[in-house]
Amino acid sequence: MSRWLPLFLTGTLLLTACQTVPKDALSLSPESLAQRQVQTKKYETTDEAKVLAACAGLLQDLGFNLDESETKLGVISASKMRSAVSAGQVVAAVLLALMGAPMPIDKEQKMRASVITRPMGEHGEYVAVRVTFQRIVWNTQGQITTSESLADPKIYQEFFDKLSKSIFLEAQNI
Amino acid sequence: MRSKVVVIVIVFSLLVGGCATTQERLFDSDSSQVQLRSIQTRAFDTKDKEKTLRTVISTLQDLGFVIDKADATLGTVSATKLNNYAVRITVTVRPRGETQFLVRANAQYNIQPITEPESYQQFFVALEKAMFLTAHQAD
Repeated sequence: MSRWLPLFLTGTLLLTACQTVPKDALSLSPESLAQRQVQTKKYETTDEAKVLAACAGLLQDLGFNLDESETKLGVISASKMRSAVSAGQVVAAVLLALMGAPMPIDKEQKMRASVITRPMGEHGEYVAVRVTFQRIVWNTQGQITTSESLADPKIYQEFFDKLSKSIFLEAQNI
Repeated sequence: MRSKVVVIVIVFSLLVGGCATTQERLFDSDSSQVQLRSIQTRAFDTKDKEKTLRTVISTLQDLGFVIDKADATLGTVSATKLNNYAVRITVTVRPRGETQFLVRANAQYNIQPITEPESYQQFFVALEKAMFLTAHQAD
């Protein structure tokens, strides 16, 4: 019996300690500055509300529905549900199913965006816009397979290209 | 012999992992409220609520959060971070006296509350840098 005790103690310890908070959860990562630069552009205007309204319009153009907004703080959050089916996964799943091993595939995803505006510059002559995107993917069995922030600079480039057009102002790097 | 032990181990682990009642889960009764509040709260020497809230928002963005909602009147911000785990945080800003604001954060990691001081310490270190102000222990 005594030789089971260590195993038993280890088992309970593992069970109670399996959910420790990762170190990066609430601390600044080395990439955070670079990410901020990719996700931020500034516009030469003093009208923060106008920029925020243009962002709301653009999010609608992109198919998002607005979840929350607070003009006094320059906050908009938006989301949309979309398909997450990818051709590669379907092919793999069909092949596996033919071999008698059915596999769940990614089915749908929730894509979220938040836009934050903030007056910048010594006399508030700029408005900085920072947008961040994230997504959660569910498979055909309803399990979450991916939950991530979207970090690809191309995504942000395209967003700001469109935003510049919609507010008729040239975006500047911060 | 062996299978009996296995059964005992499984039953005991279930007991250890699943003994809280709904009421205890609802109110997180296992942690001390006073202690938790002091871990989660810092005081900043500022009179500007809006600026404090805006700085909280940009700090959360730097930490990889997407802002879910914010309310300037109530002084609250909620945000979510997804990185193959989910961290959800709410930060409130309220005045203390004439010259200070109290900033309080509470967060959950997946389906459990974050109660250890280190995580909140890290958050306030990041916030201090962005505020250009020192965070004081609130009590």
